[in-house]
Amino acid sequence: MNAKRPWLAPLLSLVFFAVFVGLWHLGTKQTVGEVIVDPEYAALIGAAAATGGQSAMPGPVDVAVKLWEHISDPFYDRGTNDKGIGIQLGHSIARVLVGFGLAALVAIPLGFVIGMSPLVYKALDPFIQVLKPISPLAWMPLALYTIKDSGISAIFVIFICSLWPMLINTAFGVAAVRKDWLNVARTLEVSRLRTAFQVILPAAAPTIMTGMRISVGIAWLVIVAAEMLVGGTGIGYFVWNEWNNLSIANIISAILFIGLIGMVLDNTLARLGRAVTYKE
Amino acid sequence: MSAFRNPFDYKVRLNRGGCSCGCHHSQAEHDHAEVLERQAVQDRAVESAIMRAMFPQDEVRRRFLKAVGGSTAMAAIASVFPLAAAKEAFAETLGPLEKTKLSVGFIPITCATPIIMAHPLGYYAKYGLDVEVVKTAGWAVIRDKSLAGEYDAAHMLSPMPLAITVGAGANPIPWTMPAVENINGQAITLAMKHKDRRDPKDWKGFRFAVPFDYSMHNYLLRYYLAEHGIDPDRDVSIRSVPPPEMVANLRADNIDGFLAPDPVNQRAVYDGVGFIHILSKEIWDGHPCCAFAASREFVTTMPNTYQALLKAILDATAYARKPENRREIAAAIAPTNYLNQPVTVVEQVLTGTYADGLGNVVRNPERIDFDPFPYESFAIWILTQMKRWGQISGDVDYAKVAREVFLATDATRLMKEVGMEPPADPVKAFSVMGKEFDPSQPEAYIDSFAIRRS
Repeated sequence: MNAKRPWLAPLLSLVFFAVFVGLWHLGTKQTVGEVIVDPEYAALIGAAAATGGQSAMPGPVDVAVKLWEHISDPFYDRGTNDKGIGIQLGHSIARVLVGFGLAALVAIPLGFVIGMSPLVYKALDPFIQVLKPISPLAWMPLALYTIKDSGISAIFVIFICSLWPMLINTAFGVAAVRKDWLNVARTLEVSRLRTAFQVILPAAAPTIMTGMRISVGIAWLVIVAAEMLVGGTGIGYFVWNEWNNLSIANIISAILFIGLIGMVLDNTLARLGRAVTYKE
Repeated sequence: MSAFRNPFDYKVRLNRGGCSCGCHHSQAEHDHAEVLERQAVQDRAVESAIMRAMFPQDEVRRRFLKAVGGSTAMAAIASVFPLAAAKEAFAETLGPLEKTKLSVGFIPITCATPIIMAHPLGYYAKYGLDVEVVKTAGWAVIRDKSLAGEYDAAHMLSPMPLAITVGAGANPIPWTMPAVENINGQAITLAMKHKDRRDPKDWKGFRFAVPFDYSMHNYLLRYYLAEHGIDPDRDVSIRSVPPPEMVANLRADNIDGFLAPDPVNQRAVYDGVGFIHILSKEIWDGHPCCAFAASREFVTTMPNTYQALLKAILDATAYARKPENRREIAAAIAPTNYLNQPVTVVEQVLTGTYADGLGNVVRNPERIDFDPFPYESFAIWILTQMKRWGQISGDVDYAKVAREVFLATDATRLMKEVGMEPPADPVKAFSVMGKEFDPSQPEAYIDSFAIRRS
């Protein structure tokens, strides 16, 4: 970081962006070829196919146009299967928050118990180790089959994927609370419950928040894939629907929105994490 | 009404072949009598209800009737009470819909045309239904959502209700298929690089995609390959890929070709990725493809809703059959809410005037057609192919399963009600690639193939 010139880093970002867009533009520039088929046939096929090629990647201008369409009218509703990108993002965020919230309700108390009791920790460890590495999407067929509701299945998948980082981090944070503090509490004859809430919780909070931050990131990654599988609503469905139509420009717009929302979610939890951090 | 004549009475003449119950000289006369009979029963029910309401004590009613006489009483009551209007109102409300808000799943392909178009063109509304047509990501999802009861009815591949009923690839649950959606309308599309390898004998090592294991596409592709001496399990690989992902995979060179529903084939041509090798009608002209399916539970617990829904679909199918309506339908179902495809692609599929990907404009108005009648022989053929490729094993009661799943009787009755002409016989003979299929000899048919897994 150069403290004297704070504008340098943003400027460099802009330069990177310009170079990237420039290369993209050059790479996708359509060379206007001759129409090599008769006009009647050409009318029936795409512009690129008429010149003997395949339809190509859209350039930055095409994407910008699409992006502007989405931004200028994000909340339209033209039927069950055609809703604006704002509504789709809203559905996805709602799913993530519900699944994530439920996971937090389970993971943090359970993590506390595991962290405070080495016995429970050892008993549950094999299960956690086996369940943790399972791709959340592998749960999808099972969830659809047993829960019998695609909306709840998607939430379940979010729940299961955001559970582990929070659980493990909470357990770790609770187990790593400095022994001195616990001893002080014991000397002062503080009750166990009060110790948990007034000593262990504040001490473990930063680690727990880190776990939550990892979880929400994973949940946001997974929701797109889950919605592509079950369809219906959400940004994942939007991507799938545009893939259907091979509309790459729409998919790139959706990718940008997914990235932005992911950044906002991550930043929010990072801020919360800083708020509970203390200095010794 | 002499619905049940004593067949053991020598004086009674049973009109053999005249109609289905044998009491009338023709089926038309039988149907007419049936309608009259139903009306008479309804009228009687209304009259009895009114009389019961007016005379809570039956003795009083009888004394009154004895005193003034039946016809006088009826005239007297009719003068103060709108008896005729009550009868009419009753006839209209007979069979109230058990449920008006329905959810019907579909896959965005032109096979689903009647199910989809019934929404923008108002066929569901016409029958008093508020149907939400929900686009679904793949066949396995549509099956699971249907089994879970999220969808009241759904667009399925015609082998799927059979597979669900016999328990292939899922737990056996009685499923029904009251109507076929479309006939023909599929094609084999190959990647551009194979445009000089048109003989299937040169296709060893190809990677093909079909929409689902239990699909006509799978059976037709296997049939086509096997007839050309290519073993579909050993010489090539066939994998199931959801239709919307096929063009992307063909473009990425993950597959060499596919037998797929439209608009996927036409879309591959539109994007310059592939060319249409043959249409599926060249394998079996008039084959069924997709279907309108519902659980037996839905059919039996909500008979009126089921009938209204089926009538809406049949009505839409009748409209879709007429070539002059196809352009309008293409424009109605192409938007993002339904197929999400360029209009010209859908239009080429439905009108049969299309670019084949090799520089020719082909005119083939029968490329896709819509015939809702679920012939039982179709079901039997599908079951033979399931058995041929080892998807089901053991003894299969072909005729019984076919009759229970393909609801030909309902289709016959409701097709008449919406003004269509159902065929007289629910079993139809046909041939696939020139080979006759005899629905009464399914096992012999399977054994007649050199390449088979059973």
